[in-house]
Amino acid sequence: MSLLKASDVGIAFGGVKAIDGVGFSVAPGEILSIIGPNGAGKTTLFNVVSGMYAADHGRIELDGRDVTGLPPDALASRGLSRTFQNLQIFHRMTAAENVMVGRHLQERCSLFADLLRLPSVTRQNRATRAAALTLLDQVGLRDDADVAAGSLSYGASKRLEIARALAAEPRVLLLDEPAAGCNSVETEEIDRLICRVADQGIAVVLVEHDMKLVMKISHRILVLNQGRMLVEGTPDEVRHNPLVAEAYLGRHGAREAARA
Amino acid sequence: MLNLLGRRSVILIVLAVMMAVLPLLFPSSYYFRVASLVWVSALAAIGLNILMGKAGQVSLGHAGFFGIGAYAVAIGPAHLGLNALLAVLVGALLSAVLAFLVGRPILRLKGHYLAIATLGLGVLVAMVITTESGWTGGPDGMPVPKLSLFGWRVSGSTTWYWITAGLLLIGTWFALNLDDTPTGRAFRALHDSEVAARTAGVHVERFKLQAFVIAAVYASVAGSALAMMNGFVNPDQAGFLHSVELVTMVVLGGLGSIVGSIVGAAVLVVLPQLLTVFQDYEHFLLGLIIIVSMIFMRDGMVPMLAKLARRARS
Repeated sequence: MSLLKASDVGIAFGGVKAIDGVGFSVAPGEILSIIGPNGAGKTTLFNVVSGMYAADHGRIELDGRDVTGLPPDALASRGLSRTFQNLQIFHRMTAAENVMVGRHLQERCSLFADLLRLPSVTRQNRATRAAALTLLDQVGLRDDADVAAGSLSYGASKRLEIARALAAEPRVLLLDEPAAGCNSVETEEIDRLICRVADQGIAVVLVEHDMKLVMKISHRILVLNQGRMLVEGTPDEVRHNPLVAEAYLGRHGAREAARA
Repeated sequence: MLNLLGRRSVILIVLAVMMAVLPLLFPSSYYFRVASLVWVSALAAIGLNILMGKAGQVSLGHAGFFGIGAYAVAIGPAHLGLNALLAVLVGALLSAVLAFLVGRPILRLKGHYLAIATLGLGVLVAMVITTESGWTGGPDGMPVPKLSLFGWRVSGSTTWYWITAGLLLIGTWFALNLDDTPTGRAFRALHDSEVAARTAGVHVERFKLQAFVIAAVYASVAGSALAMMNGFVNPDQAGFLHSVELVTMVVLGGLGSIVGSIVGAAVLVVLPQLLTVFQDYEHFLLGLIIIVSMIFMRDGMVPMLAKLARRARS
């Protein structure tokens, strides 16, 4: 059973087909990685699936329901969360507040109750903060809870984004290069974190350049090249597919690599 | 004690004590009047700060809402026979409805474009007020009947000092309340990253609109208070210069700092009074002081002082 399913997705920017006829599906607890050379359309595909771009054609289904063209906030309320390749943290808020915003949909939000700060608001705040602290603990940022998010290191900011995405209690989590710019220790932490998330039954879709990480944790891999699907399969199948090496290294490079 | 009471209560208590003690130092009713002006301006500035400092949306036409509130208490009783207090509510409601209707399309704009659109809104309100002279008295303005509460005719600068102080306390309380709530967090989140806020499920348009409406209501109530205190309104109160003055209070005091807006309002109201001793150089000096303080206190006065205090402590 697939939780998130994209089929025949295509979008063009000024005549250039960024992605064309791409589809994938991912089941609960499954980790699907999308890889491909720079400009293959990975982030564009993410942006279409998460409702940031409206696709020219294609269909996105979440839990069997058609969600094509819904804005990100509507998708969030249906259980889809994501992180960003270029960090999108709330840099003037503390780490804990960042994660608390992630729980926005779990909270009751009424302007008048908030203006008057009714006891229920204070109570809810306490619960939200407790939940945020638990998540920060999971990503190893518990000690930085009350630090301004803008002053966190790059790797810590990446993990903060994951904590914020998890705060929404998503059923599908899209991670756009979570390990980019992280050192090997941080990458390993993220690797463990992603596996834990999948073990909870969350469907994870991952765009990542760190092949070691991708090969290690993915159940399936989708390879994109120049906006089209090249190969889809298990890590082993993808690793040994000559087309993949060719896409990354060119025909000549692939031959060299095969000989090496 | 600071930890026991919480930051909000400390600010409110300090403000209330200051309001209570200041009159003991005032030698004449003129001082009461200047202080009331500070309270009223601070009220409008706090509202604008919720929009600009928290939600990160600029408004260069905010005096328009101030003007609506001011003229509501003039026109309401004079032409429609409304009770003055009811006129304040009608003005606030009108401002809220206008902010809601105009905000929906223009809050889609960002940065400079939003600035120009809000500027246009302000200019429009001022123009209507100036030209509809049958209702508003045109460029000359019109008198405002004295407020009477349950048979008690409210007048005198001391009385208005306490009324405006009370209004500001309430306004400050609301604004401080908002900070650490789902709504307040949504404002600050969309300020820092609209895409991320949206992805977290924050309905960005709705919260921008809420901030705009809140700011409009604050300005409107402040306008009503000033008009009743003065017993007179004129179109300048809705004019562009007044809008700029409100923005200056917010930025000078510190974007996002509620206390900053009160300080900013105090500086911008009191400073010109102090500078009158320099006669011809008054405006020159006022401009110079604003420029210099913005250069040396880029984040605004209160955030800058807070940073210095933190550094001194550690």
